Amino acid sequence: MARRVMIKGNEAIAMGAIEAGCRYYFGYPITPQTDIPEYLSAAMPKVGGVFLQAESEVAAINMLLGAAATGVRAMTSSSSPGISLKQEGISYLAGSQIPGVIVNMSRSGPGLGGIHPSQGDYFQSTRGGGHGDYRTLVLAPSTAQENYDLTMLAFDLADKYRNPVMVLGDALIGQIKEPVELKSYRKKPKEKPWALTGAKGRHGQILKSLFLADGELTDHNWMLAKKYKSMEKEVRFETYRAEDAQLLLVAFGSVGRILRTSVDILRDKGKAVGLLRPITLFPFPNKAVRQAADKAKVLMVMEMSTGQMVEDVKLAAECACPVDFYGRPPGSIPTPDELAKEAMKIWRKRGLK
Amino acid sequence: MYFDTIIAGFGGQGVLLMGNVLAYAAMQAGKQVTYMPVYGVEMRGGTANCTVVISDRPVGSPIIHEPVSAVVMNRPSAEKFGPMVKKKGQVFVNASLVKAGQFETRAKRVSWVPTLELANEVGNSRLANMVMLGAVVGGSGVLTVEQLAEALTGALDPRYHKMIPANVQALEAGARFVSEQKAA
Repeated sequence: MARRVMIKGNEAIAMGAIEAGCRYYFGYPITPQTDIPEYLSAAMPKVGGVFLQAESEVAAINMLLGAAATGVRAMTSSSSPGISLKQEGISYLAGSQIPGVIVNMSRSGPGLGGIHPSQGDYFQSTRGGGHGDYRTLVLAPSTAQENYDLTMLAFDLADKYRNPVMVLGDALIGQIKEPVELKSYRKKPKEKPWALTGAKGRHGQILKSLFLADGELTDHNWMLAKKYKSMEKEVRFETYRAEDAQLLLVAFGSVGRILRTSVDILRDKGKAVGLLRPITLFPFPNKAVRQAADKAKVLMVMEMSTGQMVEDVKLAAECACPVDFYGRPPGSIPTPDELAKEAMKIWRKRGLK
Repeated sequence: MYFDTIIAGFGGQGVLLMGNVLAYAAMQAGKQVTYMPVYGVEMRGGTANCTVVISDRPVGSPIIHEPVSAVVMNRPSAEKFGPMVKKKGQVFVNASLVKAGQFETRAKRVSWVPTLELANEVGNSRLANMVMLGAVVGGSGVLTVEQLAEALTGALDPRYHKMIPANVQALEAGARFVSEQKAA
């Protein structure tokens, strides 16, 4: 049996990265994710890896680009304002098709904002974030265990699609301490014939995002678009007591886990309420939401923002049923009771029985 | 089965370690558990607190606004968290630093634990936190002192393992104190 340990969400990310064979970390400290570099600064040298505290977030993401271009597994992590600084580099990773894992333990904004948990980086994460017509795969863990598991998955998906993958948590998911089962990573990493390894005995190759020849950039963008479309098979989500739900709540990450308890509270009162929790935010579980919209009478999205994922849920639901929303800006974390009350408001407003 | 608690005190009183040991013991007992340290802009000499939730079901929120219990190691913590505890809940007060009438609470049950005096009897005033933790499990029944004692190896840095026997004595002293209170 795998070893069970009591660790912080941030530590679970760091341990998952090392287990998945990541040996290169570049970062710059920022609350609430600094436990990741702190852990890796001690752990990386022990496994023969590199921990490098860069002079800035911009430097760190470009170091990641350089390292990953040689075919190694590399990671950076930061929190919202730092992730904004990395966007240029993420766009270059996407354009040059270089895999890399970027962790955002998000805090609140806009601007310097504060250190409270927030889900206000949903748009930035799922719409690319930097310039140009690109997407990053986005994984949204809700427990320390998922931090560990999904970080390992992030490296696999990054290599499989030669694309940046973002792990999007928040201050709550990073700071929580929970039991984690340390499963072993057993996959054989993919061969990377595209990697820049010195051209000994082969022709030189280049990784770039600049395409100036006639029609070249058009073709490149079409190829990328097809790739993003093909990511749909990676969709992951979890449902909880959703089978016969008349009111189906939809939430990701920290709100997704808090709502499990809200669902239990409402079920104890005899209300048929369930939960759908997207785990991949891009690709978004469109089909699952559409099927849920056919089965449930009402969908209700809850977010720690004033409304971002709700737009994707509405698009996916295709007006098959009403989509209601409850959101709150950063400041206090909603309790299961508070969210259950908000759900009951919609239950009554929509005349559910 | 469900239990939650906010453990609070001055930085340096060992409140985060209390939470860690409690959470670790809960994990070893096969429970679902979360530990959430205070999260805010804190400074040296300020207050520290953590929230531990133990349940048979997966824990949704690791942060609790109306806890079932609170463990208050100093007066500012008693003033802040005492009023938040549920009516049917329980407050464990460090009687060495907090006196009756210094804070408000709706909670029916308030346990006054002279942590420093009991810790000194064990032989070290720095064991006050473990005395209190023993009182918490003795008074709430959430886990046993034996389960806490077993958790010390995992929850403590190996550097401090030589201190485990003294810590166990402190846990026992706290649990014994509340059971004698109950009997009286």
